[in-house]
Amino acid sequence: MAQTKKPFEGRGWTRRGVLGAGLAAIPAGAALTLIVRPAEATPETMKDAIKKVVGDAEIRKGRVKLDLPPLSENGNSVACAVTVESPMSAADHVKAIHLFNEKNPQPNVISVHLGPRAGKARIDTRIRLSDTQTVTAIAQMSDGSFWSASANVIVTLGACLEDNPT
Amino acid sequence: MTAQALIHVPKKAKRGEVIEIRTMISHVMETGFRRSQSGEPIPRNIIANFACTYNGVEIFRAELFPAMTANPFLIFRTVAVESGTLAFKWTGDNGFAAEQSVKIEVG
Amino acid sequence: MRAARGPVLAAAFLFAAGAAPAAEVPLPERRSGYDFMGPQTRGMQDDDMANPGMLSVLDGAAAWERKTGAAGKACADCHRDARQSMKGVAARYPRFDEATGRPIDLEGRIARCRTERQQAPPLARESRELVALAVYVAHQSRGLPVEDMVEKDARLRPFLEAGRSQFERRQGQLDLSCAQCHNDNWGKSLAGNPVPQGHPTGYPIYRLEWQSVGSLQRRLRNCLIGMRAESYEFGAPEYVDLTLYLMWRARGMKIETPGVRP
Repeated sequence: MAQTKKPFEGRGWTRRGVLGAGLAAIPAGAALTLIVRPAEATPETMKDAIKKVVGDAEIRKGRVKLDLPPLSENGNSVACAVTVESPMSAADHVKAIHLFNEKNPQPNVISVHLGPRAGKARIDTRIRLSDTQTVTAIAQMSDGSFWSASANVIVTLGACLEDNPT
Repeated sequence: MTAQALIHVPKKAKRGEVIEIRTMISHVMETGFRRSQSGEPIPRNIIANFACTYNGVEIFRAELFPAMTANPFLIFRTVAVESGTLAFKWTGDNGFAAEQSVKIEVG
Repeated sequence: MRAARGPVLAAAFLFAAGAAPAAEVPLPERRSGYDFMGPQTRGMQDDDMANPGMLSVLDGAAAWERKTGAAGKACADCHRDARQSMKGVAARYPRFDEATGRPIDLEGRIARCRTERQQAPPLARESRELVALAVYVAHQSRGLPVEDMVEKDARLRPFLEAGRSQFERRQGQLDLSCAQCHNDNWGKSLAGNPVPQGHPTGYPIYRLEWQSVGSLQRRLRNCLIGMRAESYEFGAPEYVDLTLYLMWRARGMKIETPGVRP
């Protein structure tokens, strides 16, 4: 994904110059949609959102695998997969998977409800990330236990943003 | 124009096999946190709920938030238990509702 | 706007210092923007079930069949099954238009059909329906090579040259030309994003930045804004000339519509 990440070189380019051009391009095209930023969620608001789902139960690390790219080309669409280790039997299955983020305006991303008929506890989706941040997945098991995994995603901002022409 | 949806379910499956169901529907998923060029807040307009039933029984349900991408994309799984119909329903802000169904043959 | 004035001037100066004239990308070295994307975005384009541009193709297919206007006709009433009749068509646009004596692009042609043949109210550029119809029509050429229309029709030559001079002309507050990025510095990085060669083979594209499909003219407008140059009205002859040049520059490369780009 980052294989072409070299600064301009030769022909009079320097890293500083290129970064400058990139930064300068952002306010030119980004318009108000990006300049006026809404309040962000914070790790604290994410904790609160998690508490609403989990209550006072203990959240254990493990059994959940959260697949996110380490680097995303555009925060408007970040591929995301959550897999939970579970036999998915009537007696022992995943009841729900919740996805949270730290820095978007709201901490919730998606909550899915499933059961033994899923056969396999895995979802794949695409999410929005406003910035580089940590994403957390929490699985709720049929025995009442909660398991989690977190992953960090670096979001690169486009060099050439624009206003919406329509 | 109506919302377009792309759904992929295998036409045929073996009984007991775990099948993959892929869904994508056209929707702006406006977050409610953006402003127009004149500075007016753009109201939230998202798909908030999705559900899938298999011969009338709910097998999967999701609550969506503004952090889902435009044109929400979701893959999940189910055990092929019998031939019949998988029905998909999306509902959201401003009375948004879309439904689609797909047949599956289980042998 | 709190533009960083220092860096802007610095960038402009640095370009001026690197004054080697833009040379066109040699034909065998040409690469689609697809090749510069990460594996995730490429995967999105490759899989029709995951490519959001395909939702627009479905939209376009529905619009193709819909009767409209005073003539009460659908596109399909004249052109029948687009999968046959539109195959290869997008690879031959822009083409010379007798009525105006200059090139017309695919969207312009569809919009013209709408008012003249269907006698319906005009479709605005970048409207969901016009973009959907263009995606649907262009999708029928996926995998086919872009044709060299200038070789086939010499009347296009002066417009090709006009497009080329636009591509090579420095403009805007950054004093940049298209060629400085897309001929001279492709493959390198601009603020973390790889600079592609600028071939319009995937248009209309689904752009993650837009979260929707959009036309080449929208992308060109976007580039001009990025260069802090003046953009044109949608449908302006300048965009069509530039499109003609870009398609000629991409002659022989394969159409990808609907392309996905970051």
